[in-house]
Amino acid sequence: MSEQKDVLLRVDGLKMYFPITQGIVVQRHVGDVKAVDGLTFDIHQGETLGLVGESGCGKSTTGRAILQLYKPTAGQVIFEGEDITAMRGESLRKMRRRMQMIFQDPYASLNPRMTVGNIVSEPLEVHSLFNGKERREKVKELLDVVGLNPYFVNRYPHEFSGGQRQRIGVARALALNPDFIVCDEPISALDVSIQAQVINLLEDLQQEFGLTYLFIAHDLSVVRHISDRIAVMYLGKLVELTTRDELYANPMHPYSQALLSAVPIPDPVVEEKRQRVILEGDVPSPANPPKGCNFCTRCPKAFEPCYETEPEFKEIESGHWVACHLY
Amino acid sequence: MARLLEVNNLRTQFFTQDGVVNAVNGISYTLDEGETLGIVGESGCGKSVGVMSLIKLIPTPPGKIVEGSVIFNGENLIDMSDGEIRSVRGNKIGMIFQDPMTSLNPVLTIGRQIQEALELHMGMDKAQSKARAIELLELVGIPSAADRINDYPHQFSGGMRQRVMIAIGLSCNPQLLIADEPTTALDVTIQAQIVDLVKKLRDDLGMAIIWITHDLGVVAGLADRMLVMYAGMIVEEAPVKELYANPSHPYTVGLLGSLPRLDQVSGEKLDSIEGLPPDLIDLPKGCPFHARCKYRIEKCFTENPPLKTIGVGHKAACWIDVTKDPITTERPYQEV
Ligand SMILES: Nc1ncnc2c1ncn2[C@@H]1O[C@H](COP(=O)(O)OP(=O)(O)OP(=O)(O)O)[C@@H](O)[C@H]1O
Ligand SMILES: Nc1ncnc2c1ncn2[C@@H]1O[C@H](COP(=O)(O)OP(=O)(O)OP(=O)(O)O)[C@@H](O)[C@H]1O
Ligand code: SF4
Ligand SMILES: [Mg+2]
Ligand SMILES: [Mg+2]
Repeated sequence: MSEQKDVLLRVDGLKMYFPITQGIVVQRHVGDVKAVDGLTFDIHQGETLGLVGESGCGKSTTGRAILQLYKPTAGQVIFEGEDITAMRGESLRKMRRRMQMIFQDPYASLNPRMTVGNIVSEPLEVHSLFNGKERREKVKELLDVVGLNPYFVNRYPHEFSGGQRQRIGVARALALNPDFIVCDEPISALDVSIQAQVINLLEDLQQEFGLTYLFIAHDLSVVRHISDRIAVMYLGKLVELTTRDELYANPMHPYSQALLSAVPIPDPVVEEKRQRVILEGDVPSPANPPKGCNFCTRCPKAFEPCYETEPEFKEIESGHWVACHLY
Repeated sequence: MARLLEVNNLRTQFFTQDGVVNAVNGISYTLDEGETLGIVGESGCGKSVGVMSLIKLIPTPPGKIVEGSVIFNGENLIDMSDGEIRSVRGNKIGMIFQDPMTSLNPVLTIGRQIQEALELHMGMDKAQSKARAIELLELVGIPSAADRINDYPHQFSGGMRQRVMIAIGLSCNPQLLIADEPTTALDVTIQAQIVDLVKKLRDDLGMAIIWITHDLGVVAGLADRMLVMYAGMIVEEAPVKELYANPSHPYTVGLLGSLPRLDQVSGEKLDSIEGLPPDLIDLPKGCPFHARCKYRIEKCFTENPPLKTIGVGHKAACWIDVTKDPITTERPYQEV
């Protein structure tokens, strides 16, 4: 069924390395942080693809490289059939309008010296859309859409709560009528009671405007709630990708299994009966990933080939992709 | 089990330029030996200030414990001199603080930081404290502890540093361990490691624990009893299973309803608690939750409900009964 959906965005062999240099006068290139190391996946029109994984595994870097906020080291990002990594100048600028990002930290991502109105209208100005009065109307409309009183246009970010600031970020991202939004942990910095407000808002907007989301988070409960499909990332690589229900019912990669079993469930009766997969050891550095499978240093099921060769990311069952030697 | 701790009408305020911050507003609870108490509530509701007040770790000025007593092993900690309370902290009462990155000293080795408390409180010499530090690091699962004891904090990962903090918290075999959001900054797989470890140590050593968190998932598998705080007050208290099965304060009901759960079919809308917590400088009249409460009635605007018993070990501070009374509004109240 998933094959029949239209592909909006295809990521093919995406790599993003950050060089490590040494020396003050002459900078020598001594290695790379392999933040994103060869990702291949599709995002379907109108879906929410969840991207989960531990801190530092490369989720934000993936989002930024897709939006061309970083120049990828290798690979292609194909948006509606066109490779945007090859685009320059005006055509890239036009394409960027259709792809937006909501950032991890609502406290740091809004300019404290700009009013809410200016923050939301800035993208319209940059792309010279609408004139004075129309633009002000558009801003009020956007604030209304995200559930903020349009009367707030002249206030500054510090006068708002975390949840309200995140709504301002959403209004700004919506200003250019994008098709695709990367939501980079949009609720992690918010209080539990406020998180649900923002999740509900994102879901309503998706319905209303037919948006496609890449939803980055480390909280699997939230990702399960909002996603149609989920990609699990570990140390710069995808280890599993499948539908949300399949991932939960039948996680195949040992890392996904450990991750799911580690998520606490707010119910003492369930918690009492749960069996945990407790991982030993710490996460290796992306500057020095282990030989073979990236997960072999912590994997409870590792066997010989895991220490030798890298497992291929392949479709084990229809629509269920896994990178593991067990399959 | 014998009573270990009794907190009576504890009230802590901060005297700031903007006014008096009512951080903790007369909270009372007890804790038995070997018992684990979870404290939940949203950011700024007074969880940290509440437990810091127990051991008088409130910066003064601007802070002040203005009222109440804390009876620990029969003695009132609030009346103790600085010297006396210092000999309790890190000794009979161990602590793990909210931020593992800033609570370790970057220029001291891991070993030195653990040994310090041992030498101060237990009167150990260097050799003894070193042997015990290695033992503690092994206990919290640091491999080749004898070598790593000479490392500096930056050479440890986040999860390892948090385990060092736990080792320090446990170093003097405390009767009570206060853990303030000890796993919030960590990834779930590492968090599961730590929770597992703390449970094992609790069962082996028989200490009581106060575990503060805003994550209702983590405490579910750990606590015996729970306190829910709102605006510096306790709004609900119950045995852990009772709290999750029959939440009785509208805030607790909202909090549990707003959580997406990994084990439940999704797709439905989450219940969200609209509005914001009140300003602690200018606490509203009536129930502190009334502005956001879906069940509020006239009385909620004028009178603050007392914490009263509603079941076995179950208390709530609310004028209505959420199991019987209807929802009266969906919208937060706005002052005009
Ligand atoms: N500009 C940069 N220069 C060098 N290294 C970087 C840069 N940005 C990210 N990295 C490194 O790349 C890796 C992946 O980082 P990234 O921010 O993508 O992780 P993440 O999965 O988003 O983590 P988190 O959940 O903590 O946000 C990390 O090791 C990080 O230190
Ligand atoms: N030094 C201080 N000066 C003034 N106000 C303070 C000070 N320390 C804490 N407060 C205030 O006391 C209130 C309670 O803070 P506390 O740190 O106990 O919250 P918390 O429940 O632990 O929140 P979090 O979940 O964010 O850690 C807050 O409103 C805070 O702003
Ligand atoms: S006392 Fe009133 S306002 Fe407060 S929680 Fe109960 S019903 Fe809501
Ligand atoms: Mg990130
Ligand atoms: Mg705190």
